[in-house]
Amino acid sequence: MKCVVMGSNVKVLGKAVHSLSRIGDELYLEPLDDGLSLRTVNSSRSAYACFLFAPLFFQQYQAATPGQDLLRCKILMKSFLSIFRSLVMLEKTVEKCCISLNDRSSCLVVQLHCKYGVRKTHNLSFQDCECLQAVFNPASCPHVLRAPARILGEAVLPFPPALAEVTLGIGRGRRVILRSYQEEEAGAQVPPVPGPTDSTVKAMMTEMSIGEEDFQQLQAPEGIAITFCLKEFRGLLSFAESANLPVSIHFDAPGRPAIFTLEDSLLDGHFVLATLLELDPHSQDLGSSQLHRPVPQLQGHSTPHQDDFANDDIDSYMIAMETTVSSEGLRVLPSVTLTPGPQRHCGPGPHSEEEDNDEAEPGPVPGTPPPKKFRSMFFGSILDPIHSPQGPSPVLAEDSDGEG
Amino acid sequence: MPLLTQHTQDENDQYCLVASLDNVRNFSTILKAIHFQEHATCFTTKNGIKVTVENAKCVQANAFIQAEVFQEFLVREESVIFRINLTVLLDCLSIFGSNPMPGTLTALRMCYQGYGHPLMLFLEEGGVVTICKINTQEPQETLDFDFCTTNVISKIILQSEGLREAFSELDMTSEVLQITISPDKPYFRLSTFGNAGSSHLDYPKDCDLMEAFHCNQTQVNRYKISLLKPSTKALVLSCKVSIRTDTRGFLSLQYMIRNEDGRVCFVDYYCSPDEDIPEPES
Repeated sequence: MKCVVMGSNVKVLGKAVHSLSRIGDELYLEPLDDGLSLRTVNSSRSAYACFLFAPLFFQQYQAATPGQDLLRCKILMKSFLSIFRSLVMLEKTVEKCCISLNDRSSCLVVQLHCKYGVRKTHNLSFQDCECLQAVFNPASCPHVLRAPARILGEAVLPFPPALAEVTLGIGRGRRVILRSYQEEEAGAQVPPVPGPTDSTVKAMMTEMSIGEEDFQQLQAPEGIAITFCLKEFRGLLSFAESANLPVSIHFDAPGRPAIFTLEDSLLDGHFVLATLLELDPHSQDLGSSQLHRPVPQLQGHSTPHQDDFANDDIDSYMIAMETTVSSEGLRVLPSVTLTPGPQRHCGPGPHSEEEDNDEAEPGPVPGTPPPKKFRSMFFGSILDPIHSPQGPSPVLAEDSDGEG
Repeated sequence: MPLLTQHTQDENDQYCLVASLDNVRNFSTILKAIHFQEHATCFTTKNGIKVTVENAKCVQANAFIQAEVFQEFLVREESVIFRINLTVLLDCLSIFGSNPMPGTLTALRMCYQGYGHPLMLFLEEGGVVTICKINTQEPQETLDFDFCTTNVISKIILQSEGLREAFSELDMTSEVLQITISPDKPYFRLSTFGNAGSSHLDYPKDCDLMEAFHCNQTQVNRYKISLLKPSTKALVLSCKVSIRTDTRGFLSLQYMIRNEDGRVCFVDYYCSPDEDIPEPES
């Protein structure tokens, strides 16, 4: 693989890496025929992000040298980010960026051609080779919001930097409400309505309300509300703002993943964020009774004790991923399929096994509990359990024959 | 006329060193450039003050503040030597705040009576005077790197701007910084070998950043990155840097720092190479 990014596009690429770095510790880089894909997933698999840079984004783009297979690689986010750390520097001094990946050197080479003829060459060691793909389909989400990134960016600006989650919903008069999410303290008794008790009332609650007219599309009923992580959302917005792109938010009921998309002729970005499953819809009620729907299995939106996992049907809320084994038979290749949708990024790589699943109906997919202690953010997946290609351990290799 | 400079000749007589300046930052900034160790040794002659800091017997930093930087500079002995806690000295020098309001200057008068006496600092800002007495310590012998101009193999003068970013981005997971200076490509290369992989930074020999490039013989040396990283402090303040290596692979970095009065001061770093002889570049 070899690609060359020129001038201001280097900064766009850098910005994308910055926003991905807010999510995961590892970056999956995959050259595809329809562009270069950069993906990441967080350690608890409650957030997934993917950028696809079209061949036209590059001055030169070659997914694979003739006669060679498409290579993909996984590198440490930290080391890739350090190359693009200073956006000011990228803008001021970098004229050209060449990224190449080949089997022989077994490293990913990122070369920055800077002002004064200074050349920086980074040889990053990589691990091969997982195909990371979350299972999501924006088309299956009944609700859609679409607004310029600036509108949403300004709306999240007043929230305190330490705020973990934000609730997005449709309030009275079809105004879009963004509210700081008040997390109950672990183990505290939760009253049905937030009262003036120390455990539930935080010093400040911030709420922003945006009129319907600021949205390019607003297709959601009054009263619906979802809660998701602010950090990842901010990462996405800062990218979208710099690229001056509108953001579409596709979502469903609370507890189901929300899909944030950006599109442009040269690139597209997808962020899939888990949303909180509300124990108590009143606490985040946005002034309507619409939220009083039956709440599925999860019993609380704080899981302070690991033991609590045992009581919950966590498997239903994991991100859908799957594992295949590469031709070498030794490497671990967790790859994940995508239900048929407008954005199918899977290349012509080893995906035959997944083909069946593309037809799967929405449904839960089993998964393992996350390795870390985890808030209540799980992916509702849309794969049918019967079609789930994966046992209860989506990260570990399944002993399959592979595709050859 | 600032309060502090109004002193009678008699008062001055009891001190072997008296130095005054209108703007203490002209002195403290240079000291900050070498502040990577707690203690420093000060040598004072009629030419000025040299402050030396060392680490691990492998790296030495010297800050030179010439007599001309001071408005008053008296040395009664041929040389005055003492060791002092540099952290405390810098804290005292910035006692009125390290970022003064524009237009207000802190004036300094520094006096030393001699061996066994404290260093006296009189700091004045807006009519308020602070007197600091810092105990001095037994001077310790400093390293002699014996870096002779005649043994220099290569010499590069760069605009600091070109190196600043490189040093701030150094991959600190690499144990060493490898410096390659060669009459042919890659001319001047900085390499690190960290956990994530290797990085090379190449400078062409004829670009606007490079003011001088003298090298007749390829030389590849490795230096402990932890020893070189503190020189970033001086690099950030400097406008130009001279990089020299000698036959033994010793590295000399000379930073030219322009103070607020427009006068030029120098900070030197000497570093010994890492023992392991690097394998030839592939």
